[in-house]
Amino acid sequence: MLNQNSLTRIDREIAKYPADQKQSASMAALAIAQEELGWLPSEAIEFVANYLSMPPIAAYEVASFYNMYDLKPVGKYKLTVCTNLPCMLTGGVDAGEYLKEKLGIGYNETTPDGRITLKEGECMGACGDAPVMIVNNRKMCSWMNPEQIDKLLAELE
Amino acid sequence: MIEIEIDGKAVHVPDGSTIMDAAQQTGAYIPHFCYHKKLSISANCRMCLVQVEKAPKPLPACATPVTNGMKVFTHSELAVKAQAGVMEFLLINHPLDCPICDQGGECQLQDLAVGYGAGVSRYQEAKRVVFHKEVGPLISMQEMSRCIHCTRCVRFGQEIAGVMELGMANRNMHSEIQTFVGRTVDSELSGNMIDLCPVGALTSKPFRYSARSWELTRRKSVSPHDSLGANLTVQIKNNVVMRVLPRENEDVNECWISDKERFSYEALNSSERLTKPMIRVDGALREVEWPAALDYVAHALKDIAKTQGGEAIASLAAPHATLEELHLLQKVTRGLGSGSVDFRPRRRDFSADGKRAGTPWLGLKLSEIKDLDAALVVGSFLRKDHPLFAQRLRQLGKKWNKVSLLSVGGDDPLIKLHAQVTVAPAELAVALARIVKAAAQLKNAAVPAGLESVEPCADSKAIAESLLEGDKRAIFLGNAAEQNGQAAQLHALALELAKITGASFGFIGEAANSVGGYVAKALPTALNAYEMFAQPRQAYVLLGVEPELDCANPQQAVAALKQAALVVMLTPFKHGAALDYADVLLPTTPFTETSGTFINTEGRVQGFNGVVRPLGDARPAWKVLRVLGNVLALPGFDYDSSEQVRDEILPAGAEFVASLDNGLNSVALTLNAVSNGLQRVADVPIYFADALARRSPALQKTSDAAAPAARMNAATLAQSGVADGAQVRVKQGPGDAVLLAKLDETVPTGCVRVAAAHASTAALGDMFGSITVERA
Ligand code: SF4
Ligand code: FES
Ligand code: FES
Repeated sequence: MLNQNSLTRIDREIAKYPADQKQSASMAALAIAQEELGWLPSEAIEFVANYLSMPPIAAYEVASFYNMYDLKPVGKYKLTVCTNLPCMLTGGVDAGEYLKEKLGIGYNETTPDGRITLKEGECMGACGDAPVMIVNNRKMCSWMNPEQIDKLLAELE
Repeated sequence: MIEIEIDGKAVHVPDGSTIMDAAQQTGAYIPHFCYHKKLSISANCRMCLVQVEKAPKPLPACATPVTNGMKVFTHSELAVKAQAGVMEFLLINHPLDCPICDQGGECQLQDLAVGYGAGVSRYQEAKRVVFHKEVGPLISMQEMSRCIHCTRCVRFGQEIAGVMELGMANRNMHSEIQTFVGRTVDSELSGNMIDLCPVGALTSKPFRYSARSWELTRRKSVSPHDSLGANLTVQIKNNVVMRVLPRENEDVNECWISDKERFSYEALNSSERLTKPMIRVDGALREVEWPAALDYVAHALKDIAKTQGGEAIASLAAPHATLEELHLLQKVTRGLGSGSVDFRPRRRDFSADGKRAGTPWLGLKLSEIKDLDAALVVGSFLRKDHPLFAQRLRQLGKKWNKVSLLSVGGDDPLIKLHAQVTVAPAELAVALARIVKAAAQLKNAAVPAGLESVEPCADSKAIAESLLEGDKRAIFLGNAAEQNGQAAQLHALALELAKITGASFGFIGEAANSVGGYVAKALPTALNAYEMFAQPRQAYVLLGVEPELDCANPQQAVAALKQAALVVMLTPFKHGAALDYADVLLPTTPFTETSGTFINTEGRVQGFNGVVRPLGDARPAWKVLRVLGNVLALPGFDYDSSEQVRDEILPAGAEFVASLDNGLNSVALTLNAVSNGLQRVADVPIYFADALARRSPALQKTSDAAAPAARMNAATLAQSGVADGAQVRVKQGPGDAVLLAKLDETVPTGCVRVAAAHASTAALGDMFGSITVERA
């Protein structure tokens, strides 16, 4: 299911915890699986669960709880806009609406060319920089007014 | 001890108790949903908020540890306001349609809403909808919008059943209880989740919408299935059993029952119930009245006894029969001049008979299991043979205690094991001998005679070590050990091991009355359960046994029955195979329609009454045997009640049997692990183990009731030249069965696991005999 590189990385995570508490590495292992596969099909969740000797439903609980795990395929770029309260008060919702209009898709949808998926996210701990969004779970973008958004979209090829 | 005050009442509670524990002591009721005394604390429903002096806000009673001098108010204005607030939130998304909910009338949410809820909802917005889930034939998850996310069902799986099958997916208002990608819930304890669910989210599939809780009468009863003797509440409506629930008894079943106990009741009303006596006339079974049937039986038996001698008659009972039935059966049989009576149809080795020091039993009280430091179970398909006994060991395995399993099948018992050794049935005794020798060597004790050539291995040393540490340890022999061809050797070895290690020793016992049969003396003085078929008799009296499914060697049993001049069956069911060989069918009642006594594995005497009237003309077997005794003009058959029969066996009011003793006199250890060719390993699948479970439609749809396969490991498959998934013909003696070969790495090399007790394997021979496999 996963390539050797991913397994080696998961093994490194497992080594951080006592031998009988492998499932402590579940969040990291799921993230590694998602990085390799682009998203988390249920086979991947079950594979990770078995690899960590935990029940598949327990791994599924983790994967379905956190926003950054994708249980459905996403586009090449996943844009997650924060719409929690502090951001909402400072233009987060407007940023989301602007994106929807620009891309012609709603939340949890992907552009027809498969390039961009739009998602709503929870507080990213950067409320002071609102509106904020994050690209592919990795790249934080702050103060995203329409101009900045246009710039970002132009960069995402 | 800590002193605290609850609603002005002082209580002393141990350190580490919670407010909830303390309140239970004073009798103060604190409303709750997620709290359950047998489950871990999750404190997610917040219904148990109480006021605590000096605390700035209400605190959850289930999760707040007490501190010295704490003053708690469970009904103060603040507490009640907090509880009412939580209730309002709980009801926001909960459907307010109790009249059409299956749980209505027995719903904790409904009850507490009466006490703490407002009369009208202030919530105007749309409620969330949660889609139904399909999780198998036992639990209905049709109404998941009713779930209040207490996670009791999830914790039950993790902590009690030992397998987490349900989980809470997603987050916040999107949370849903579900299985992984729509799989079924397969645990043999799953039905308890229905009881635990405080709302109508999880309901019983066979029961739902068939009755309202207030229409049901509750009667006490005792489980007729495994040897634990779980206490039951049987609920009836219009003289029909509608539902079976656990009756709490901390010393026996705690507050649980297995799915077999919960759902077998469907068989009580099955169309296979026999409701009229039947006699074979001109080759066909015809219905007759009771007097005619009993006259016929009495004459025929007397005739055979007179012309061929009493020993031409043999009687066999199922170990699920009551104490009274077993006693009267042996009394009738002996009255006819035969000593061939037995109640252990799946046994193969009887060499311990006549050498036992007393009645074999568990060796300790069930309630003592939790205090064990180490335990060794020998020869058991633990989870499926004894779901609740396994549950107790599971709780043990969670702590530092060491539970080991030496068996003939490598099924996962869902217990954290110290060691698991799986060997071929013929090598079970040698494997146990290794542990005995390892223990003797570790302790510098004399090695018992006969074990000179045995070599301990790493596993046997590890197990022996665990049995030498700590103060309380126990050794248990399971069903597969008692059914083993060297049962007496295993018994003797286990006794040696107990002697060397100081551990207690006992038998888990196969069925509801596996101890009771010994007490009732339903034991052979002539031919035993195996010999009576190996040396065919002229007449057989069968009480509750279905020989083609219940006997150690069904092939041999059925052949003997077919040649007999007379086969009398006392049975609640008219079953297919019996119609071939039975000459008389006498309709007897299952446990719900008779009074009687079961003695459980710890020797506990548990009497019960019938909960409904007998169906049709069926009669309690003790009455049938009593009248048969009268018709035969045997002395001492003038009983008016089953209690009188019991009093003949046990001192009145006995709570435990007095004669419990697992000792064995003069059985020499002789180890001969000779096995040539393939051996059969036969488990008794949980839902084929007795006549009731076999006829429960719901249980028969579970994955545990799947048709048996011929399971082998890769090496054995290769050696037999068959592929995984191929059709194979397995043969024992003149009989065979066509099954699918299945790769199963837990089966020992050189063995084929083919389940017993199933129609598809009824033509085969010994449960643990040699077997051949060929491509079909
Ligand atoms: S299904 Fe029932 S037991 Fe399970 S979380 Fe929901 S309310 Fe609680
Ligand atoms: S609310 Fe958007 S980053 Fe905190
Ligand atoms: S019972 Fe205390 S929070 Fe649920």
